[in-house]
Amino acid sequence: MVRKPTWPALLLGLIPFVGMCFTVPLWDRIHPFVAGFPFNLFWLMLWILLTPLCLWGAYQFEKRADSHQSGGRQSGAR
Amino acid sequence: MSPSATALLIILAIVGLGSFIGFRAGVNRRMDLEQWTVAGRGFGVVLVWLLMAGEVYTTFSFLGASGWAYSRGGPTLYILAYLTLAYVVSFYILPQLWETARAQGLQTQSDYFERRYRSKVLAALVAAVGVVFIVPYLQLQLKGMGIIVEVASFSQINHTAAMVIGGALVAGFVFTSGVRAVALVSVLKDVLLLGAALVIGLAIPYHWFGGFGPMFRAIIRAHPTHLTMPGPTHTMGHAWFISTVLLTSLGVYMWPHNFGASFTAKSSDTLRRNAVIMPLYTLLLPLIFFAGFAALLVVPGLKDGDLSLLTVVQRTFPPWFLGVVGGAGALTAMVPSAILILTGSTLFAKNFFRPLFAPTMSDDGVAKLAKVASVVLMAIALLFALSGARTIVALLLLGYAGVTQFFPGVVLGLYWGRASRSGVFSGLVVGIVTVAFLILSRRDPFMGLNAGFVALILNFFVAITISLKTKSNQPGFEKSGHT
Repeated sequence: MVRKPTWPALLLGLIPFVGMCFTVPLWDRIHPFVAGFPFNLFWLMLWILLTPLCLWGAYQFEKRADSHQSGGRQSGAR
Repeated sequence: MSPSATALLIILAIVGLGSFIGFRAGVNRRMDLEQWTVAGRGFGVVLVWLLMAGEVYTTFSFLGASGWAYSRGGPTLYILAYLTLAYVVSFYILPQLWETARAQGLQTQSDYFERRYRSKVLAALVAAVGVVFIVPYLQLQLKGMGIIVEVASFSQINHTAAMVIGGALVAGFVFTSGVRAVALVSVLKDVLLLGAALVIGLAIPYHWFGGFGPMFRAIIRAHPTHLTMPGPTHTMGHAWFISTVLLTSLGVYMWPHNFGASFTAKSSDTLRRNAVIMPLYTLLLPLIFFAGFAALLVVPGLKDGDLSLLTVVQRTFPPWFLGVVGGAGALTAMVPSAILILTGSTLFAKNFFRPLFAPTMSDDGVAKLAKVASVVLMAIALLFALSGARTIVALLLLGYAGVTQFFPGVVLGLYWGRASRSGVFSGLVVGIVTVAFLILSRRDPFMGLNAGFVALILNFFVAITISLKTKSNQPGFEKSGHT
């Protein structure tokens, strides 16, 4: 078995799913216009920008877990 | 030079340059199976990015996305959500799959099922299902290429000639240079596509309406419900959106070619970093949508929405730019076609034909058979595309719903030790049968939900239940060589 993703990393990945998918009834409307775009289009474009931030955070947790695992083998932890 | 000759010359120059890069990519390299399929697992962040973006941005994004914006409006937004979320999903499975692939020497998706569940029959089933769904996807690319080149060359090259020439070039460079060709041609394709999308998406709204805001306001005045869900459709509401976004975002990397492309990476960290930045590339798509939205008012009443982007470009720009769009569009079909035939033919030779009909065949023999099969596969897709089957979109939706049925087997196999051969096999069969039944009997969407999503739930349920009941049978990777 490979190492499972850490819980904090998984939760960070869930955020874009909530923002872009599950909450669709809340943001699928035209008004208010933002920067000339209907609200639903603006909202999704905003999340395209926010998603890399969430994944960057998840990446930090995963990297830490990786170094713990390889370092941990020597010290006998984990 | 006449305007149409200029456009034609530019298209030919771009396609010629792309093909030249493709043929050059394999020169002076020994193309064994490992080099041909996964480029010796040596690609860094940039090449993996190009390869994956090259696969995801197909003629569907170019013609299909603008066509949907034109004819379906609001529901088109699902494309922005599912592509972005597909990269999120990839963050949690591709690095782990890569580790497994390196430790076990896997080259294809089907290899994964064979090693994880120790079953050549399950692997052959996965390969067969994969190849079956690759054909309509390939057919769609060829048709898109035919349309793009015909319109952009002012009908000097008709779509039949465009499909045959383009198909032959792709088969040629895949035969000689394998996956390396695909990644390198992607460089040219992505630069052109990015440039074309920026110009199209910014210039068209400003030229016709004086900006984005005025364009969207004009659309709302003329078609008050077009920009929200379900738009002009009756079935594509919020339940459809959620189930479709879930299904397709889980499904993107279940396509055998996307799954296999991750094996070209140099390390699992490459894939993780790639997943962090890839979502930004989705920003290209709203620009393509704008062309479709603008076309709704500029060229209303088109019978075929897929023509909306090209028609509005033709009305807006000088012929030489239409040539650039035509060339970029042709490459946008050629790059995914290349990876599709490469993957399909490898699956056929390595995971279907050898285990079932020629168990003693050497790896070199498999490589030779795969190269021949790639040409045959292209010929089959060309025949389908030329025969003009009208149900292509239905076939593609069937394809997405179909390949996503691999998801339980992949993810349970990675993270759940108890996932068993019989469980995954039964789940897969139940999933595929459900998909085929619901879609072919026109029950999609089923109770407002995407049919493939309904099938995926059943698939998971069956796979988990049967796995829990299988006691002693504890398959899994052999320990040897696995760190």
